[in-house]
Amino acid sequence: MSQTEIPDLPDGLVAVVKQDCPTCELIAPVLGELAEKSDLTVFTQDDPNFPAEISNRILDADLAISWHHDIETVPTLLLVRNSQEIDRTVGWSRPQWERLSGVSELGVHLPDQRPGCGSLSVDPSLNAELTVRFGGSKLRGRRVEFASLEDTHEALFERGWTDGLPVVPPTEARVLAMLEGTTRSPEDIVATVPPNLVPCTVEKVAVNAVMAGCRPEYLPVVLAALEAVCTDGFNMHGLLATTMPHAPVLVVNGPIATKIGMNSENNAFGQGNRANSTIGRALQLVIRNVGGGRPGEVDRAALGSPAKVGFCFAEREADSPWTPISTMYGFPSGTNTVLAFPGEAPRNVVDQLSRDPESLARTYAANLISIQHPKLILGFDAILAVAPDHSRIFGDAGWSREKLVDRIVALTVRPGKELIRGAGGIPEGLPEAMADLDLPKFRPNGLHIVHCGGGAGLFSAIIGGWVNGEMGSNPVCVEIIP
Amino acid sequence: MTKVLDPTNETEPAKIPRVDRPTSLDGLTVGLLDISKPRGDRFLDRIEERLVERGLRVERFRKPTFTKPAPVDLRHEIATKCDVVIEALAD
Repeated sequence: MSQTEIPDLPDGLVAVVKQDCPTCELIAPVLGELAEKSDLTVFTQDDPNFPAEISNRILDADLAISWHHDIETVPTLLLVRNSQEIDRTVGWSRPQWERLSGVSELGVHLPDQRPGCGSLSVDPSLNAELTVRFGGSKLRGRRVEFASLEDTHEALFERGWTDGLPVVPPTEARVLAMLEGTTRSPEDIVATVPPNLVPCTVEKVAVNAVMAGCRPEYLPVVLAALEAVCTDGFNMHGLLATTMPHAPVLVVNGPIATKIGMNSENNAFGQGNRANSTIGRALQLVIRNVGGGRPGEVDRAALGSPAKVGFCFAEREADSPWTPISTMYGFPSGTNTVLAFPGEAPRNVVDQLSRDPESLARTYAANLISIQHPKLILGFDAILAVAPDHSRIFGDAGWSREKLVDRIVALTVRPGKELIRGAGGIPEGLPEAMADLDLPKFRPNGLHIVHCGGGAGLFSAIIGGWVNGEMGSNPVCVEIIP
Repeated sequence: MTKVLDPTNETEPAKIPRVDRPTSLDGLTVGLLDISKPRGDRFLDRIEERLVERGLRVERFRKPTFTKPAPVDLRHEIATKCDVVIEALAD
């Protein structure tokens, strides 16, 4: 319930103080002097017994006076006539206090001036709650109340709003705090979310981002990710509805990754980093709750994958031998971007013996050929995530990303007769008509090489793609706008 | 009481399925909800007598005002304590 009525100030001098402020403690005797010589009311923010010298003191328990009258510093001394503020001074300054009160020789034993402390009403930890309490809400979403004796977490599960893991209850204060993470207005439409093709506001994304466990500074990444997956090219509807297990895999580039504390190093695909764990999850919760995409309903994945809970990581740019993956999509290095890739869970590639780029490229090709099926080609993209112990070999040899991609693709070329239906005793494969062609595994720009991982381990990882192109998804990279 | 924002698209009302109607009241707890309309209590007093005569357990509840929906805490208490509810609309 928000209260928007502004409480009046009493006429005369009004001081706002808190006990937990050394300057307020220091000037308590001055308040005593003023109380004797003029009409003074003291509002105290924390301790109802402070200042002891004053009888006419009022506890601003809910901070309504402080919030509505824009008290940013304590002590603040105001001059009020006919309930209107005439003048104010903040902190302790003898000349200012004497001018405002008309009382001379105040606090003669005190220093001439002393800065004040922050008012409780602007305490960052209370700000969102006070905005809800007094500010009049700018949020439009439906409010849902749970009973005091109801377990909120259980209630959120029962309503079908979670992915099976607990969520943070999206209270108004938390949602307002989340919205501080973006310059965008809560009612802006971010995207039309499949499968129900629902126009989704920034506010709804913020609600789900709270539930996922995001911090406000992650919100711009979530918004960009939602925009990316809701494009015609990415085809989120198809990716959700397919019986294949794939999900949006988000790769973050640019300085924002470090700024919000994302992990691109040890265990980059794993647990333990809040941004990595919650950004992808927030996107999935939007698709579930706003878009209506739930497993067993429109989501027809036969097996699914852990990536469907949420899969997000950053590229390790600092010591990468290559430009950021976003440059493949025309963004200059240093741009904050998110790449949405329709991928499955990662799997490891071991090569602890190769010390030259050619042999390592052969290892990659041998593994990449097996994505989806060794006899199925051109229909699937991939992310090859190269960890530093491997990337160093290419860096030292001066292999660019393009050179490595070209070499891997060349190494995957196989004669059509090995790939057609029935070849190798396996019915799965290409049509007979392709028997005389030599064919690579990947289409142009299908293979995405990303640098990430911890400093030790001669490994890389493959994240195989869903059906690519018009029949399926194209990866989409968008800029992250604050 | 916790109040949260609905994370869904809100195009569908929140659905709360009704419990199945019991075939018998034997062994059940009956909630009697007075909505605060005049003389509803007299009706419910008599119903309580009749139910208690039959050996049933009865819980009494009262809404603060008939002009508003029951507070969420009251609804939760009734749902937690009772198997069936009889609500008195009276004047």
